[in-house]
Amino acid sequence: MLSGESLKKIDTEVAKYPADQKQSAVMAALALAQEEKGHLSTEVMDFVAGYLGMAPVAVYEVASFYTMYDLAPVGGHKLCVCTNLPCALSGAVEAAEHLKKKLGIDWNETTPDGRFTLKQGECFGACGDAPVVLVNNKKMASFMTPEAIDKMLAELQK
Amino acid sequence: MNSAHPPFDPGIYGPEAVLMKGITGENWRLKDYEARGGYAALKKILAEKMAPDAVIAELKRSALRGRGGAGFPTGLKWSFMPRQAPGAKYMVCNSDEGEPGTFKDRDILRYNPHQVIEGMAIGVYATGSTAGYNYIHGEIWDIYERFEEALAEARAAGYIGRNVLGSDFSWELYAHHGWGAYICGEETALLESIEGKKGQPRFRPPFPAGYGLYGRPTTINNTETFAAVPWIMLNGGQAYLELGRPNNGGTKIFSVSGHVERPGNYEVRLGTPFAKLLEMAGGMRGGRRIKAVIPGGSSAPVVPGQVMMQTDLDYDAIAKAGSMLGSGAVIVMDETVCMVRALERLSYFYFEESCGQCTPCREGTGWMYRVVHRIESGRGRQEDLDLLANVAENIMGRTICALGDAAALPVRSFVKHFRDEFQYHIDHKHCLVGAHAAVVGNKAAV
Repeated sequence: MLSGESLKKIDTEVAKYPADQKQSAVMAALALAQEEKGHLSTEVMDFVAGYLGMAPVAVYEVASFYTMYDLAPVGGHKLCVCTNLPCALSGAVEAAEHLKKKLGIDWNETTPDGRFTLKQGECFGACGDAPVVLVNNKKMASFMTPEAIDKMLAELQK
Repeated sequence: MNSAHPPFDPGIYGPEAVLMKGITGENWRLKDYEARGGYAALKKILAEKMAPDAVIAELKRSALRGRGGAGFPTGLKWSFMPRQAPGAKYMVCNSDEGEPGTFKDRDILRYNPHQVIEGMAIGVYATGSTAGYNYIHGEIWDIYERFEEALAEARAAGYIGRNVLGSDFSWELYAHHGWGAYICGEETALLESIEGKKGQPRFRPPFPAGYGLYGRPTTINNTETFAAVPWIMLNGGQAYLELGRPNNGGTKIFSVSGHVERPGNYEVRLGTPFAKLLEMAGGMRGGRRIKAVIPGGSSAPVVPGQVMMQTDLDYDAIAKAGSMLGSGAVIVMDETVCMVRALERLSYFYFEESCGQCTPCREGTGWMYRVVHRIESGRGRQEDLDLLANVAENIMGRTICALGDAAALPVRSFVKHFRDEFQYHIDHKHCLVGAHAAVVGNKAAV
């Protein structure tokens, strides 16, 4: 189900916890599985459950609780914009509107070509860099003025 | 990524910096940290075989208080650990920084990760713990990766592992990443999360010092708290205390966001006037007038700007001004901000992030958001202001963790201090700030 490389990384995570606490690695394992598969299908979650010796429902609980797990397919680039108050005071609402207009989609929608999904985020802990866009969960793009957004989109579309 | 990130400004931490002294933006590696005196505190403690009680006594003298938001005295917290209890005991660092307005731990971990590692080593030593975990906010992946790199350096150099620097002190330290849940910044939710579960807070008692991670004695401190420990152990608790004020020892990193010219982190001595911090941040953006400040992260009550301009930045002074120092996240708003809209956005946040465990919070946060939303969109009713007060009051003190209070406090304080704006929305079905745009400038898009 998952590549040898992903499994090796999961094993590294498992080794961080006491031998009888493999479940502690579930958050990292799900993040790795999502990175490989694009989203977390029931089959993938069941596989992670089996791999870590957990009940499947315990894995579903975790996957549905934390917002960065995608339980349904998303576009090739998931763009998440923080619009919380500190970011909004520094232009996050304009950044979000600009992205919506450029991509022709609203929150939680994916472009027809499947390349971009747009999500509204809550505090990333980077308010000093506002506006911030989190790209595919792992890349924080800072100071995202409309011009910087245009540049980012052009780069991602290559 | 093509972030338009401005060049690192070492002056941003201010001339009073202790935690971030000598930071250039590039010198985060082990050799750099050692070159500026890093790991000397740990070496000294191990060489002198300092008694754990003496370490804790020094911390108590420093009046270091928890930098994550609650402000609990760190030395006292460490003294709760049952040092003699056999078996595993844990020290956990809370780097799950998601309180709107707060972005200091990210910078500490990015620019000075070894200081946190050294602080945790001293904490593990003083509390008789066996291992540590650093729980890092899911959204700052590059910081998590850097911390893993720093851990590898510290292990290779013998600061982490068996018989540290040839002593009989052994410990382990690992990084654990979150994946998007504000509630995991609450310490018992964070423990649940490390255990591989939903991050829902635990009922207390039992407290983590007795029953924490995996049911073992555990101490949880904020990143900035750990980062302050090495300096205290090297220079003495008294010297740290004297950097600040009685009961408010040391320096503190304030994250300044919102309507200032230069948002960012500024390390100043506790007791510094807010007006001075505002000046360091370049003053009000565009020279506009200050309207309001949330001085301690979004959960802290809002304070009118003119009151804040007369307030000093320490735990007791901010409490006197009717708010709290919290995490040191200072959100500055100018006259163009509609306070109804600002509260609507914050209320949505708490509604979104309530873990759903306690009925008053799960239902109350949504209720408050819907009422504020209807006032903001011109459908408010006269009785809504009393209703908001009533719902807020019925959440407070009736939930397992502090998220309920954190959602209620902004509602109460916004309505208290800016009642005229809420009333105007109800009476006129539109915004007071928008109506006065000619005077105060175009309404901020919040």
